[in-house]
Order: sequence, then structure tokens, then C-alpha cells
Amino acid sequence: MCKVTESRASGGYRVFSLLDGEGPEPEPGQFYMLAAEAHWEQRGSRPYLPRAFSVADVDPADDGIRLDFLIEGIGPGTDRLCELEVGERVWLNGPLGNSFSEPKELSPGSAGAILVGGGIGIAPLALWRRRLSARNVPARVLLGFRDEAHSGGLDDLFRCCEVGLASDDGHVGHHGYVTDLLRAMLEGDDAATAVVYACGPPQMLDAVAALCATRGVSCELAMESPMACGYGACFGCAVPKPGGGYIRLCVDGPVVRGA
Amino acid sequence: MPELCGIELEHRVINASGTFDALAARRVYGDQLLEEFPFSAFVSKTITLEPRVGNEPQRIWETPAGMINSIGLPNKGLDGFLAEDLPQLAELPVPLIVSVMATGHEGFGRMVRALDERDEAAAIELNVSCPNVHSGLIVGEQPEETMALLEALRPLTQKPLIVKLTPNVADPAAVAVAAEEGGADAVSLINTIKASAIDPLSGEPGIGVGQGGLSGPAIRPIAVGQVRAVAAAVSLPIVGMGGVASGRDAFEMLSAGATLVAVGTESFRDPKAGARIAAELSEWYPQLGPAST
Repeated sequence: MCKVTESRASGGYRVFSLLDGEGPEPEPGQFYMLAAEAHWEQRGSRPYLPRAFSVADVDPADDGIRLDFLIEGIGPGTDRLCELEVGERVWLNGPLGNSFSEPKELSPGSAGAILVGGGIGIAPLALWRRRLSARNVPARVLLGFRDEAHSGGLDDLFRCCEVGLASDDGHVGHHGYVTDLLRAMLEGDDAATAVVYACGPPQMLDAVAALCATRGVSCELAMESPMACGYGACFGCAVPKPGGGYIRLCVDGPVVRGA
Repeated sequence: MPELCGIELEHRVINASGTFDALAARRVYGDQLLEEFPFSAFVSKTITLEPRVGNEPQRIWETPAGMINSIGLPNKGLDGFLAEDLPQLAELPVPLIVSVMATGHEGFGRMVRALDERDEAAAIELNVSCPNVHSGLIVGEQPEETMALLEALRPLTQKPLIVKLTPNVADPAAVAVAAEEGGADAVSLINTIKASAIDPLSGEPGIGVGQGGLSGPAIRPIAVGQVRAVAAAVSLPIVGMGGVASGRDAFEMLSAGATLVAVGTESFRDPKAGARIAAELSEWYPQLGPAST
């Protein structure tokens, strides 16, 4: 159990912070299963299962590790987590899953990283950008949102960096898809030395993987799938793997190689 | 000390087949899992003769106080299991029960014979919620089919044979009686209850293959009722399961006639649920605790 130490609006989303006294510290791309201690299953209804969330930011402190999560209320579980107030307790299981690979591991000649996020999928990229920045690995960030109500994180998670923006409704940045921005970026001269990391809706990830495949750019995709347990028990989070069959996204992901 | 068919157990809580992958959990939690293993015996995911990749997604759907799943028994097949998984499962600190399924007596027989030769397997659970290819009937839904299967398998092994009963019948006790008469050593129940849910956004089934099995606290009263009915009809030990999420629930199942309790869906919500429930059981009901029978 962890206490909520902060909960605030971030655009159309919410960011809430937990203090994890046990650790270990998560790696960028890893996720946690979360459930509110109160009013979870006890209503005799949904939400019943915990929900999976990537970590958006981490701050080790004396009394524990502060974990920031980005949330959009889209159903009974996320609505309940959005309601959380400071001091309430949250059940937590994690960190779980794998993490992003180093750019040099994906492409030995890489000179930096391109991070492509869509909607709530910007969360793990925020932590990854901070980690890359701390190691002086250049990272360019492209983020896309549906509309103003479904956007956030810009004033906090991505506060201190330059971000290329796109929105489906044109309320901010390029009027169109974030993959339009990626296409233009990959057409630049230095793209051959780049590596792409993406997280967002399935259609966006498909488009990113296809663009990268066309250009011969290595990429990793942080994916999402309905998940009951997060540690390989339920076999619910199956996603197709190249060549047939499935992987369990919780133990074989959530980060998978794209192109 | 609690026991099942002569297998001594540390406490009365085991896992339901297919709800805990001990090998994956060990990769996630390391050897700490072995030191604090949540169950007093480990039941494997169901093994089939040939490898299976499992069903197309979406495989799970949350429901009020439970979930529907249609996973489709992904597994490495008998040969892969024997070569790769069984030696690793033998490193668990508890007895191993291997769950098997086949579409006829011959297939079941091959699996039982293969496991009979392996010391790592303490007992065999027969998943009979599958059609017999010859009759087209679900074995576990027919007392006659169930008895015939047990009569065919009983001579092949001295290891305990546990029959996993399906709740999707009018009279589960009749199937349990048939299993007993055929030579089963124990029965386990209940399997999941046939169910479906419609995605309110699409109007289509929420589960990719259309329907699945309901589990979780939503089915607990049904499980308790069926355990009571089966306990009244047979003298076999019973592994009771269906929505057990606390020591109180486990007590309910034991009081209904179960010898052991299996935990399934609750492990999805809490990997340590089995140990917690065993601890609650011994704390709240010391007469049932680990030190007593």
C-alpha cells in the first residue's frame, strides 16, 4: 500500500503521485498495477481488477520513491483513480515488465532518440526523456493529442524541453497526426542515426512502425493491452507476435521492437 | 497437517489451474517467490498433447465482482512441458499437480502415462471441460463419459487422479459420483461458468471468441452451493474453488465440504493472495490452521 502524496490536473488529464516505501526504482517503460484501497470492488461492482499504468516520473527521496502517474478518466477504474485525494491509499504491484533499450543497443550508430507519444501514451516517454537527458543523449520529442480535453502533461511532465506538437482538431501545433511530424523529421538528413521510441494508440504505433520500417530506422513501441494481473498469471494481455502466436505483454513487454 | 490423497501440505490453500504461472512469476519476483510461495501445492496450467497458441484477443473482460476469460489453453504441448517446464516446476518448494486435457481416451492416456513416469508430478488433474472427438460431447458434462474416461485412465497410474468438474451442468453431483465410481481420487470444483458480455461501445462481444468463463467473487455462492451438493454425494476429498478472496471465503468453502481451497482470480489482484488467505484462515479459524487437520 502506498499513500497518494499529490493529485493535480494536467490539461485534460490528471497526474497523481504515490510514495513507494519499498521500491525498487522503476526503469523507463516499466509499469505498475494500481487499485485504490477504498471503493474498489467493495461496491460489489466495477472496478474489480487493478489497472496497469506506466510511470511518468520518478523521484527517489529519503522516505521512499515518488512515482508519478498520468491518468485519463475513461471508465470506472480510471475514474476512481482520478478521484483520489492526498492521503488516500493505493495498492501497488510493481515495477513490472521490461524497459526501453538504450539507443546504442538498438542502433550502434545512433546519435540520439526521437520520442513519439500519443494521448495518455506520452507518460513513459516523459521518464525516458529525463533519463536520456541526464546522460546527455539528445532526444527530440513529438507529441500528438486528439483535442484539448484529451491532452495534458505539457506544463509539467514535458515542461523543460522543446516538444513538437500535433492535434487532430488543430487546437495546438500541427493540425493532423503526430506521425506527420515524424515523417518530416525522418526525412531530415540526420534521421539515419536516430532511434524511435513510441507509445500511444494502436493505430499510431502501427503508423510509427511502418514509417520506421520504410526508412530503416530502429524503433521500440510501448504497447497497451487489457491486463488482469501484470505478472504473467492470467494470459489475458496477449498481443500477436511476428511469425504467429502471441506474447504476454506484461512479461514479454510492454516494450517491443517495432522495425 | 492437511493432506490431499496422501500428499502432505503445509496449509489448505492451493492455486486453481491456469491462474498462476509459477515460472513467469519467478522471473518477475525472483527467488523470493520460492521463499514465500503462496500455495501449499502448485497446479500447472492445463497441458495438451500438441502445443497451442491460445485464443485471439480480446481474452479478458472485467465484470461486476469478477471477470470473463477465454484464454484458449496456450501451452507448449506435452513434450515441451516435460522437457522444459517440468524440471523447473520441480524446483518449487511444494508438491506439483499437473493439469491435462485431451480430446479422447487415447490422448488422455498418453499424457497420464507420461506423467506417471515423472517423479516431479505428485498428482494429475483431469480437465474434462473439453469435447470427446468421438462422441462430440463435453466429457465433464456427461456422467457416463466421465466414468468411462476414469475407467480407461485408472489402470495407467497409481498417482492421484483429480477430476476438475464443470459447473455448466444441471447436476454436478451426478458427474462427481460417476468420477468416484470410475476410480477418481478427488474432485475439484468449480471451473468457470459460461458467460458473455457485450462491449457497450461496439455492441459486439467483449471477448474475441464471443464467450468465455466467469470467475471471481461473483460466482462464489454458486461454487459453495455446488461444493455442498457434491460433498453430500461422494466421499472423495474436494478441492473447492470459485471466487475465494479471503480467509472467510475459504472457511465458507471448507465448511461446505471442501478439503482444500483453491484460489484463482484473486491472485490476479494480488500475487500473494494465496499466502494471505492461508494466514487469515489459520488466524481466524485456528481449528483449521496449518498445524491441525
